[in-house]
Amino acid sequence: MPVYAATFMPTPLITATGLTKHFDDTIAVDGIDFHVDPGESFGFLGPNGAGKTSVMRMIGAVSPITAGELSVLGLDPRTEGPKLRARLGVVPQEDNLDQELTVTENLFMYGRYFGLPKAVIAERIKELLDFAQLTEKADSKVEALSGGMKRRLTIARGLINEPEMLILDEPTTGLDPQARHVLWDRLYRLKQQGVTLLITTHYMDEAEQLCDRLVIMDKGKIVGEGSPRSLIEQYSRPEVVELRFPVGVLDEIADRLQGLAPRVEVLADRALLYTEDADATVEKAHAEGLNPETVLVRRSTLEDVFLRLTGRTLED
Amino acid sequence: MAMPLALRVAESEAKVYSRVWRGSIFSSFFNPILYLLAMGVGLGTLVDANLPTGLEGASYLNFLAPGLLAATAMQTGAGEGAWKVRAGVKWTRTYHAKLATPIGVPALVNGHMLWIGARVLMVSVVFASVVVMFRVAPVWQSLAATVPALLVGVSMGAITTAFTTRTNSDAALPTFFRFVVIPMFLFSGAFFPITQLPGWMQPIAYVTPLFHGVQLCRAVMLEIPTVVDPWVSVTYLLALTAGGMALAMKPFREQLLP
Repeated sequence: MPVYAATFMPTPLITATGLTKHFDDTIAVDGIDFHVDPGESFGFLGPNGAGKTSVMRMIGAVSPITAGELSVLGLDPRTEGPKLRARLGVVPQEDNLDQELTVTENLFMYGRYFGLPKAVIAERIKELLDFAQLTEKADSKVEALSGGMKRRLTIARGLINEPEMLILDEPTTGLDPQARHVLWDRLYRLKQQGVTLLITTHYMDEAEQLCDRLVIMDKGKIVGEGSPRSLIEQYSRPEVVELRFPVGVLDEIADRLQGLAPRVEVLADRALLYTEDADATVEKAHAEGLNPETVLVRRSTLEDVFLRLTGRTLED
Repeated sequence: MAMPLALRVAESEAKVYSRVWRGSIFSSFFNPILYLLAMGVGLGTLVDANLPTGLEGASYLNFLAPGLLAATAMQTGAGEGAWKVRAGVKWTRTYHAKLATPIGVPALVNGHMLWIGARVLMVSVVFASVVVMFRVAPVWQSLAATVPALLVGVSMGAITTAFTTRTNSDAALPTFFRFVVIPMFLFSGAFFPITQLPGWMQPIAYVTPLFHGVQLCRAVMLEIPTVVDPWVSVTYLLALTAGGMALAMKPFREQLLP
């Protein structure tokens, strides 16, 4: 069996070894190793400033690597940048659409940058407008679009060259919840079509929704790796009891909380009890004579994994 | 590869321009008329009354027309090199979008310069047509003067691009126009011969690209002898263009590909 498994192992689309990025005297990416397989939806989860964008930019051949090895689609981003960028789709964190042009013109010009014939571009624009649900806005100026529409247009633009991999940097940051869900739905469709997605996010729900596998980044390093489920299994307990107490009370009772569950995290405003059996833990808390203001029972998430691995919350 | 890609960059600028051209074509047609009427004809009447032999043998209107053509080309180049570059890097970030495709920094710079050339040529041809309307010079000589105008416009475009990429603050650009572009516009021989300048200012005038553009435009349009050898001027303007482009490469890389 191991022999067969080895035979069918796909060649990774990306392999990074000791990948490092320095800016002047700050270390943005600190020697990380990872690989991404074809067809996979791969995520980088971490707070702002963790180095996610720097990794994406190095993969996209728009930022020279400081040290380490990086191979993307079998190419070296240092020496084969234009060739590599021709095969990638990029959705940057900050919108950089041409505000003066219409939706269609933005897609058209972008296709031209890739040297595509006009007839091919026209054909793809039709499909992409449909995919991005922007057909009715085809002749609208970009200025007039909502934030969610602009982001969908940027995604459509990133697909104009039929890329082998789509890189999305914080795809839903700044969008309202409804626009986020529309976007997730679109990305999920791409994933089903077999497009390899590379996503950075600081939203754990986004990572859980979209990523087959992810790495958790903090301060330029990878601190955890796996599928969302395996990360939760490995670093957390299935259930969490959140107890909220009035301000000041938590410090006094911190010691009494410790015995209630296999792992207890005391945050500024609440205590998190990680447990196999939430109901039993809640009962124990009441038996202990604790009177929390609110009790919330929920399943473990990647947020809990992040807290466990770094001692901080993602929003910090 | 770099050249076809540069054409794509210029094509996209043309596409954007095709959306906003109405306002600018109006001013590039009426500004020369206003200037040539007010200064060439109006002020020119006084100047000509004082100078029976003319300025270098030309009436003031004729003296002014080629000078103003070069000065307008220079200002157009400076404008395209300033705001467009700052917008592409910082405000609309469209340069970042371009560099996520096979387009690299050299193609970006080449395409940007191609577009500046196209813009300067448009403005110059419109200006030359107005000059023809004023019957300053024969049609072909008026139109031929757009070639040296193109040289001075493109060289100023390259210099301004280099300046813009090497400064970060938004205040730097108005300052550049206030202290470089406008003084150059006024004191490089477009409105009066630089021999009228105080002695200490004359060497500065010789260094400006506009001085060389002005004397080349006058030579082509009116066959007025040049002060400096015309091929020195042509070489100097080409060298400024190449120098500006070269100086822009590194800061572009640092800002767009950090």
